Amino acid sequence: MNLFELTVHQILDQIKAGKISASSVLAEVSARAQTLNVKTNAFVRLFPSPEIKAGPCPVPIAIKDNICVKGELTTCGSKILKGFKPPYDAGVVDKIKASGGLILGSANMDEFAFGSSCETSAYGPTRNPWALDRVPGGSSGGSAAAVAAGQALWALGSDTGGSIRQPASFCGVVGLKPTYGRVSRYGLIAFGSSLDQIGPFTKDVTDSALLLNIICGFDERDSTSLNVPVPDYTKALVKDINGLKIGIPQEYFLDGIEPDVAAAVKAAIEVFKKQGAVVKHISLPHTEYAVATYYIVATAEASSNLARFDGVQYGLRAMPPNLRKSPLIDMYEETRARGFGDEAKRRIMLGTYVLSSGYYDAYYLRAQKVRTLIKQDFDKVFSDCDVILSPTSPTTAFRIGEKINDPLAMYLSDIFTIPANMAGIPAISVPCGFDRAGLPIGLQLMAKPFAEETLLRAAYAYEQNTPWHLERAVL
Amino acid sequence: MVSQETVNYIAGLARLHLAGAESEKFAKDLEAILHYVQKLDGLDVSVIKPTSHVLNVENVFRDDVIKPGLSQEQALAFSVENLNGGYKVPKVIE
Repeated sequence: MNLFELTVHQILDQIKAGKISASSVLAEVSARAQTLNVKTNAFVRLFPSPEIKAGPCPVPIAIKDNICVKGELTTCGSKILKGFKPPYDAGVVDKIKASGGLILGSANMDEFAFGSSCETSAYGPTRNPWALDRVPGGSSGGSAAAVAAGQALWALGSDTGGSIRQPASFCGVVGLKPTYGRVSRYGLIAFGSSLDQIGPFTKDVTDSALLLNIICGFDERDSTSLNVPVPDYTKALVKDINGLKIGIPQEYFLDGIEPDVAAAVKAAIEVFKKQGAVVKHISLPHTEYAVATYYIVATAEASSNLARFDGVQYGLRAMPPNLRKSPLIDMYEETRARGFGDEAKRRIMLGTYVLSSGYYDAYYLRAQKVRTLIKQDFDKVFSDCDVILSPTSPTTAFRIGEKINDPLAMYLSDIFTIPANMAGIPAISVPCGFDRAGLPIGLQLMAKPFAEETLLRAAYAYEQNTPWHLERAVL
Repeated sequence: MVSQETVNYIAGLARLHLAGAESEKFAKDLEAILHYVQKLDGLDVSVIKPTSHVLNVENVFRDDVIKPGLSQEQALAFSVENLNGGYKVPKVIE
């Protein structure tokens, strides 16, 4: 087997045993990152070869293009940040560097994480390693594709409405969104500040626990980072799930799910039952309102966060040829018109609309109230369930171009992932099979706040009894 | 119905210049999305408190201790124009 096909825990075992060196791993994975990028476009840029330093995890990692890496271009998949080299490292990048991590480059993403397909990137779409005419999902599509293609051993992404879990599902890898507040958002370029969370993309659940061990923990530079002790997540990797209570929400198994996806998830439920888990049928009655709530709350927060891109502090500045309003306003409006792509403009407009005078109560305030109802649904269910199980996405990877001109259809591909962000709970997507076209299918597990260990235990028990995580895309 | 007039008003608030055909396109897109989110109107939320944040944390303070930060030079490094240690913008008042 090639080194790039191995998991990080396998690589670390081999390094420890003296069979391979960190530099040979770096050389092989860097070369693959470079040569395959023509096909996948998983990276928007590769950094000059990183230097190997002491640390427990000296392995190559891809970092999503919205996470600041000191002195390296960080552009959020947008033209408006062209040329921006952050003068500091994000909190998670500090931790990655301290662990000896080798940052290969910036992974492609939908512009400002606005999208579910990686097609809105100003640097061209990423292609799914399992089928190059398909999307890798989004918005962290580059991170997912890099891991699936062996262009990095693992990766970091961010998840505001499913942006880690949906691409993990589409690319046949493991993606975990931690509890809101578990991982520092310092240096993550903000989209929806009450929803965003950084998390790992890995080839299996063991690697997910290892990467969580590195990135979790309090950071005083993020006022929403919680000062809660971080357990050793690898201790949660036990196969015993006897008596684990798994809830199956009826609202997540309605029409519109592809038959192959539904069949794979139903088969997964049987695997859990066989291991002694207790399966319960539950209801999350406000699920159908989650997407509508999200597209009000998230766009409102985004329109406010993106106000900072105004041609003053960062790279791009543009002026119209003739005076329209006043020199300063013209500069703002022209810079933003040229710097942002269509989806970013659409979301800024929607967010501005729902926050504007006369509409605030009808849209934004109402959505915040419905968010309470969605959160209460979960609180109720978790009083009698350890884990909630569902498909990660209703479909497998769709074709490039298929949904790009229909924003609403695109938004609905996050229907099963958005609720976890609204409630701030942790959730994981693990591979659970392939459809008839050979495209990966993802299984989502959700747990109560700070119960990442429960998620990992359930996911590990499932993974160790199924072969899906051993499959690799052939490129 | 979202009029083009409304779209242009919102674009002004958002400091986005829209070219002619764009405002028509965004009017259509916003119309479809706003129509979809109207499904929230079917819920009675009169006694529900809004959630702006999922964590029950309030008043996060840090000790008032001076720590090294970015230098003026570093902070200005990616500005398009700067002058005498500040950002330079187009003329604001005549």
